[in-house]
Amino acid sequence: MVTIEQRQRHATRRPDPDVDLPVIAPSQTLVTVTEQVSSIPLYRAAPGLWWVMFGVGLTLLSIFAVAVTYLLSKGVGIWGINIPNAWGFAITNFVWWIGIGHAGTLISAFLLLLNQSWRNAINRLAEAMTIFAVMCAGLFPLLHLGRSWIFYWILPYPNTMTVQPNFRSPLVWDVFAVSTYFTVSLLFWYLGMIPDLATLRDQSRNRFSYAFYGILSMGWRGASRHWKFHQKASLLLAGLATPLVLSVHTVVSFDFTVAILPGWHSTIFPPYFVAGAIFSGFAMVLVLAIPIRSVYGLHNVLTERHLNNCAKLTLATGWIVAYTYAIEPFTAWYSGNQFEMFVVHNRATGPYAWAYWSVLFCNVAVPQLLWSRKVRLNPKALFTVSIFILIGMWLERYMIIISSLHRDYVPSSWANFIATIWDNATLYGSMGLFITLFALFVRFFPVIPIYEVKELLPYSHPERGAAR
Amino acid sequence: MKYWRSLEEYSGEYKPDHSDDYPPPDEASRRRFIQLMGASFALAGATACTRQPPEFIVPYVEPPESAIPGRPTYYASAAPMNGIAQGIIVETHLGRPTKIEGNPDHPGSLGATDIFSQASVLDLYDPDRAREITYLGEGRSWLSLLDAFRVALDPIRARKGQGFAILTETVVSPSLGAQIHAVLAALPQAKWHQYDPAGMQSAYAGAQLAFGRALNTVYRFDQADVVVSLDSDFLSCGRASTRYAHDFANRRRQGGRLDMNRMYCVESVMTSTGGKADHRLPLRYSEVEMFARDLATATGVAGMTPSGSNANGPFIAAVARDLQAHRGASIVIPGEHQSPVLHALAHAMNEALGNAGKTVVYTEPLEISAVDQIDSLRELVNDIDAGAVDLLLILSGNPVYNAPADFDFASRLEKVKTRIRTGLHRDETSIHCHWHVPATHFLEDWGDARAYDGTASIIQPTINPLYDSHADITLLDSILQYPGRSSYEIVRSYWSDRHKGKDFEKWWRKSVHDGWIENTASATITPSLRASWPAPPGTHDSSALELSFRTDPYLYDGRFANNAWLQELPRPMTKLTWDNAVHLSPSTAKRLGIRNQDNVRLSAGGRSVAGSVWITTGQPDNSVVVYLGWGRSNAGRTGNGAGFNAYLLRTSGQPWHYSGVDVHKTGAAYPLATTQMQQDMEGRNLVISNTVDAYKRDPGFVTKIQEEVPREHTLYPPWEYKGYAWGMSIDLTACVNCNACVVACQAENNIPVVGKQQVLARRAMHWLRVDVYYQGDPGNPSAYYEPVPCMQCEDAPCELVCPVQATNHSSDGLNDMVYNRCIGTRYCSNNCPYKVRRFNFFLYQDWTTETIKLQRNPDVTVRSRGVMEKCTYCVQRIREAEIRASDEDRGIRDGEIQTACQQACPTQAIVFGDINGPSNRVAQLKAETLNYQLLAELNTRPRTSYLAELRNPNPQLRELSRGDD
Repeated sequence: MVTIEQRQRHATRRPDPDVDLPVIAPSQTLVTVTEQVSSIPLYRAAPGLWWVMFGVGLTLLSIFAVAVTYLLSKGVGIWGINIPNAWGFAITNFVWWIGIGHAGTLISAFLLLLNQSWRNAINRLAEAMTIFAVMCAGLFPLLHLGRSWIFYWILPYPNTMTVQPNFRSPLVWDVFAVSTYFTVSLLFWYLGMIPDLATLRDQSRNRFSYAFYGILSMGWRGASRHWKFHQKASLLLAGLATPLVLSVHTVVSFDFTVAILPGWHSTIFPPYFVAGAIFSGFAMVLVLAIPIRSVYGLHNVLTERHLNNCAKLTLATGWIVAYTYAIEPFTAWYSGNQFEMFVVHNRATGPYAWAYWSVLFCNVAVPQLLWSRKVRLNPKALFTVSIFILIGMWLERYMIIISSLHRDYVPSSWANFIATIWDNATLYGSMGLFITLFALFVRFFPVIPIYEVKELLPYSHPERGAAR
Repeated sequence: MKYWRSLEEYSGEYKPDHSDDYPPPDEASRRRFIQLMGASFALAGATACTRQPPEFIVPYVEPPESAIPGRPTYYASAAPMNGIAQGIIVETHLGRPTKIEGNPDHPGSLGATDIFSQASVLDLYDPDRAREITYLGEGRSWLSLLDAFRVALDPIRARKGQGFAILTETVVSPSLGAQIHAVLAALPQAKWHQYDPAGMQSAYAGAQLAFGRALNTVYRFDQADVVVSLDSDFLSCGRASTRYAHDFANRRRQGGRLDMNRMYCVESVMTSTGGKADHRLPLRYSEVEMFARDLATATGVAGMTPSGSNANGPFIAAVARDLQAHRGASIVIPGEHQSPVLHALAHAMNEALGNAGKTVVYTEPLEISAVDQIDSLRELVNDIDAGAVDLLLILSGNPVYNAPADFDFASRLEKVKTRIRTGLHRDETSIHCHWHVPATHFLEDWGDARAYDGTASIIQPTINPLYDSHADITLLDSILQYPGRSSYEIVRSYWSDRHKGKDFEKWWRKSVHDGWIENTASATITPSLRASWPAPPGTHDSSALELSFRTDPYLYDGRFANNAWLQELPRPMTKLTWDNAVHLSPSTAKRLGIRNQDNVRLSAGGRSVAGSVWITTGQPDNSVVVYLGWGRSNAGRTGNGAGFNAYLLRTSGQPWHYSGVDVHKTGAAYPLATTQMQQDMEGRNLVISNTVDAYKRDPGFVTKIQEEVPREHTLYPPWEYKGYAWGMSIDLTACVNCNACVVACQAENNIPVVGKQQVLARRAMHWLRVDVYYQGDPGNPSAYYEPVPCMQCEDAPCELVCPVQATNHSSDGLNDMVYNRCIGTRYCSNNCPYKVRRFNFFLYQDWTTETIKLQRNPDVTVRSRGVMEKCTYCVQRIREAEIRASDEDRGIRDGEIQTACQQACPTQAIVFGDINGPSNRVAQLKAETLNYQLLAELNTRPRTSYLAELRNPNPQLRELSRGDD
């Protein structure tokens, strides 16, 4: 799919060490790729580290179950929320998880449309991450309700009360945005997996897995008609999903911008949130890809090229985020509004200054290490930077919510938010849900898209010699 | 032998047919079930709610035949507090008193109430009240008590009462006084003692010094241009605070606020009165008397020797000049707890300034017997030690808890052979007595009382006693005649004996109906001043820490400790709940190296208690203030363990202050729960305040500070409110921070209490709060009060963001809350700039305690867990008035609807009404130049608006003033 002109330009450009990194290791064949990927779910025993991951996930998930049971039986008062901090960890977690979900769609849809072939090896993993992250995210708006059992009143459905949701409320927009996003992401993920599920079906050595993958692969035979429809559907879904990358977090940011609270009421939030989401999403992709790559020995398909590109994207989105951090005080000062100026000042010096400075450290200072090619190509360093970014992005949402709420217009109502053990239990518990689901995915599904990686092999593009 | 039930069975014809025991379901079973259920529900309703007393009681507004279910009936009565009555109107729903309102015709109320009257309805339904007569903790009947009492009395009767002692609180009630005197007449050797921990003895001793006799002082603040408070918190504490606050605020607003009175306040504690003063001087308890001597000298009291200190010279000179410029129209008012000499000095100053007989009038004491109560209790203690008391009858009060520590009353009490106690609760004193007799609450029984000016009231019951309770007068009556008359007979016969006119029945009905008795106010007398003054006390060590005691503004002497509303009501100046504290000034705390909420041990005279420190701005340096009434051990579930017991430091010799107290950190952690952590306005225009002089120069100064967004700054035409448009105006000049509105709101709207832990978590539920801000020097700041209910914004930010439309706008402009629809996203609260919304984080409402259910207002939803709630402008009252008006085919009249907060407000700072009627009071207030909206720049268009506060500082003291101008 590379035009002659492009190739000519390629030929004349200066050699770029990053682009010249191979997107797939040499001497891979169709057989080795199939063998390597399908062996993980089919017949390779789960490595010890997988059990560790699954065990940690299951433990945290149990904590989550206890926390949610206690929450539903006692009420949201078990958390540290109060008046004025009516939102706390739950919404922070929601925004954080949703943000993490963004990288998956960006990689699978956005980069597909932009014809970035390097995405092929990591898109499955990123999409799965998206699905699970959105699942975690979606739980929090429900759990945070005072009366969760009637959450469906937020949906427009014909009812005897003849009452419809308030379409002016951003929370209703959230419902549509998140559910659309989840549906499209799920379809995209599943659609993309069908040919590989068929491969697993064909490779399976027992009746159970044959039936399991057989049902899931929906009768995929690899006919060229199948491939034609599959490609068309993929592109269509990619076209649907791409605007969602921008819209979902834009809508989530409306939860804040529509409110008149100083620190929330700002037009910069939609791009700020989208950039932040992608920023944290890529960090999470790296946090997941780096260990899986080493545990399953997938260095040949998840190459340094992938790590390098993800790191670069992280750095770029990080700079957008840093820019908004810089713009916020400026607009506050430029507005001349005493409440806005107070919020900026209070963020940097008030009781939650630790959060503000940690955010700047994690999200602005630490990512600058990614300028270094050495860091980008060092999985351990990259993993550490990514963890910092994930913490920083969680703290950023915490800062936005709490440091705006705890001191708003009327000082008599000012009060601090102090997280309780149950706040933490739900946060870490939700990570348990994520880790458990991800572990099960790695164990039972093709974590690397077999057919897309095969597209990168020289066989697929004989005119190129090797894929870039 | 054969047992038979019927002749058929006997003759063997009867065959038991067990199939009838459980009849098979037939077609009509569902219908039958619903019939039975309906009938039993109706019966349950009928039995639960009709505890009307048998005597003839007279409803205030509507005759009894109109007692329609769902429509309340109102009875006039009086709420006695330490013997002094406040006229009230009791709202009852099907025989349950649910809410106390002020009686507009009663001189001590004028339609408003204090917090104690408001909260008393919760005391009635207190589930911890004593429910049965007990002997050593075991249940007994009334007759067995009377028998035991008679047996104990028999030998005493033979000795003409020798060995019999009665201990009461301050007795003002005429019929109770008559009963006691009748008992004393029958048993002349018997002794009557009175003890209240915060009695009036200082005031009476002061009158004794000044006039040679104990006298009651009545102040007329409506005629006073200049008021000097010498450590008196007359606006929110004391016998007549409701009336005084009313008169003071009315005088303050006189002449369109241009002819404002001026108040100087010298005080040892930061009080609401001090915060309201135009000039405030913090002085320690003992220094106030020195100040008064110098002021008396400067105002020309004959025979005075100045204190010799030059402290506060310019201040005293300016105050004296101001007082002399307003001769006959000023008031010098001493604090009840201050020294007798200070009271005498105040009398002398009022005399010298020509106030006596004009703004300050004297009457005979209201008490049946105005004794020095500490001496009275000391006499009892000495008698007990001498073995001269065989039978002790303790009528209410709680001496084991609140007697001076040096009396060691609990162990003394054990020496008495037979001890009988009456009281609402089985409290600290009860457990040291043999018998405990549950006392009737004033809402359950007949009685009488006097207002601050002597006006008598008949107290009529509004519900039959909930338990086996008995009034003190009936117990006393059993001494005189067996088995004694009912309280109704006693009270009625007392008044019929004294009634001089013809038609007693008519007079009685009118008096009960009105809630007060005409022509019973005490006659004023003109005493002559004696002019010999004790020498000033020697100069004292000003570096020694001085401890002073004050009664708690809400728990008073501790009697209200089990009232959860009062426990959780934020203290006026500190906003503390559920605890008392060791109050220190900022610089003293710094000097002692103590931080806020450090736990300290206070030691005075070999006694000590531990409590947490609250650093209080405006408190004099080198002083420690503690509030009495806390640290109860047997108050009930609510009051037990709240705070520390400061009575343990209090001795008979120095009941109000102690010099040389030690403060040591204990290192323990004991946090204090406040509802307002930030008392600095942060330079925001929340309370707009200025001086009268500045207002005269520029009447429109408010608009220069706070500008409303013009109506045309929107794309849409403004919504037109055609019919009614409800609005509220709150006058900040009038608000004296008494917090009666907050309790009234809680009682009216079924607002739950949440407890200390939840207050600490910042989840208090009060719909209405009174914000208190400080400005200026922390040692002596200006204080600003601002009641904040829901602003009922026309463009309400909360409505926009609710995803399920649980908060909506009504056609008359109310911001309604639909509890049933709320799913609890709490987004509305985040988007409320005034933070007036309250959330049920847990199930805060008590759904199980039966007696508490009786208190609830049936017109207001009892909210459950997980829903948001907030001030509704008492929408139930609005709708009730609408229905009434439409029944009568007329419009709602201005002032017909009073919100609960407005109703309770002694100063009429809150005015509610239809802003669409230009002649309505609220519309006129909103048209005033002082009118402003809170955070108007947000364009929320609040329906609640404020009138900026005006103060009247003395221009001569400008350099000393607190920077208001």
